[in-house]
Amino acid sequence: MFTPHTPKDVEVMLNTIGIGKVEDLFAEIPEKYRFPELKLPPSLTEMEAAGELESIANANGSTKSLLSFLGAGAYDHYVPAAVDMLLQRGEFYTAYTPYQPEISQGTLQAIFEYQSLVCELTGMDVANASHYDGATAAAEAVILAYHHLKGKRTKFLISRAVNPQYREVVRTYTQGSHDIFIQGDDPETGLDASMEKLIAQIDSNTALVMVQYPDFFGRVIDYKPLIAAAHSAGALVAVAVNPTVLGVLTPPGEIGADIVFGEGQPLGIPLSFGGPYLGIFAVTNDLLRKISGRLVGETVDNAGRLAYVLTLTAREQHIRREKASSNICTNQGLMALASTIYLSLLGKQGFEAVSNLCYQKAHYAASQISSIQGYSQVFSDQPFFHEFVIRSPQPVDHLLDDLRAYDILGGYNLGQDYPELEGCLLIAVTEKISKEDIDLFHDALVEVTHD
Amino acid sequence: MNFPEELKYSQTDEWVRVENGIATIGISDYAQDALGDIVYFEFSVEAGEQVKAGGQLGQVDSAKASSEVNLPVSGVVTEVNESVSDDAEILNQDPYGKAWLVKIQLADPAEVEKLLSAQAYQAYRVG
Repeated sequence: MFTPHTPKDVEVMLNTIGIGKVEDLFAEIPEKYRFPELKLPPSLTEMEAAGELESIANANGSTKSLLSFLGAGAYDHYVPAAVDMLLQRGEFYTAYTPYQPEISQGTLQAIFEYQSLVCELTGMDVANASHYDGATAAAEAVILAYHHLKGKRTKFLISRAVNPQYREVVRTYTQGSHDIFIQGDDPETGLDASMEKLIAQIDSNTALVMVQYPDFFGRVIDYKPLIAAAHSAGALVAVAVNPTVLGVLTPPGEIGADIVFGEGQPLGIPLSFGGPYLGIFAVTNDLLRKISGRLVGETVDNAGRLAYVLTLTAREQHIRREKASSNICTNQGLMALASTIYLSLLGKQGFEAVSNLCYQKAHYAASQISSIQGYSQVFSDQPFFHEFVIRSPQPVDHLLDDLRAYDILGGYNLGQDYPELEGCLLIAVTEKISKEDIDLFHDALVEVTHD
Repeated sequence: MNFPEELKYSQTDEWVRVENGIATIGISDYAQDALGDIVYFEFSVEAGEQVKAGGQLGQVDSAKASSEVNLPVSGVVTEVNESVSDDAEILNQDPYGKAWLVKIQLADPAEVEKLLSAQAYQAYRVG
């Protein structure tokens, strides 16, 4: 154990405050709770401990050894080796969100490049330096809309086809508020791609309408009618986006979204058992003063040299205090850098190629799997990107267990979030999956399917 | 620093001018000077809205601080000076003129009498 104080130091401190021994500091705590027996096993040598930890780690399944068709918000893309190589340079790796920002020009420039790439991808005017993940970015979108409309509108409509975890986090963030009401994601409003039932709920008390693109089921829905209806009622529109789709499809900024946010993990960040990930967040110029988090701007110093600064900090919590619309002043610096390196390495054409491969392979997989006796594609009349829904002839949890015997992660069991989709499986396909892999998946499904 | 005689002042640095039952409201020269370079102003009220003294009129951001501007009187907002949100710098340049903020149809003229005179406000702020 590392203890920085010598017995002499301790004695001086105890004398100064006038007590005899360290244990006296804990006199307030009832005796029976003091110094409990921890019942730890005997200590191990370093070699033994390393072996023990390795055997625990080896019990984890990962996409290194499993063939994965699991998506539902986090995706197994190929991450070029250079991303990790550059990321782990000490200059970046050890830096936290800069508290003396202007001397951290390298970090600020990296964030500025990240913001520029996010704007380019999403078709928006301004991006912040990032949030924790897609779910917390969703909550920030709700809070932003609430404050932008000065707390005068209390209805927040979220499509049922938005990632269930995002909806849960939004509810957690806003549970203390008496005038933010989240609705629109009930079974009655449903999952209809026309969005008609959701549009019908937009009124003059609606602050925000939130949808996902592609939606949780991989569907690519035309949100133009919904955006028009929201805007004519004076409401904002937030679109959750999977950035991979933006290599080939129209960005939400071009169809009128006010806020575009999403999970940035697909941009060069490994799955890592759930994090750290990256919350993308971008807005139109109209909302520039409302966007939470850090913003880096490019300027020149007093000698005319290019320089980067944190800008518009009057928005932030340390100046606006309790009046700030958000208490978030931090960002996922290292993950934002990873996505910046990833996008820079791929370039425009490379990113488009990844996007295209995901689309093509997912469509091949959908046609192969839905051709199996008893399996059918749900929502098959609607366009989809790299994720799709398959109805299975047998219970999904059994099916997934059976597939594990083939070292296949078969997908996401939709019944756990959507009772109306009991027996349905959400399948994701990325560029890492080969045609042979898809055929293998197909054959395994045939074998595990009993009459 | 300028404290026009004909105006009334609040302890939170707003000024009020009353003509024919309509109160025009802005922030004082002292307030703009204390804030420094003003970069942004956002209204919390809109024309037609019924408002109460003590409520929030708007939010002013300068390079070093962000503060609330309060409503010194109650009534119905008849006009909002949008040119201030387009170009907040005029709050520094002309706080008693071009940078007036809102006009309010007074609900209770007695509220104005409770505000500070120019001398009292000057004594309160600069002694």
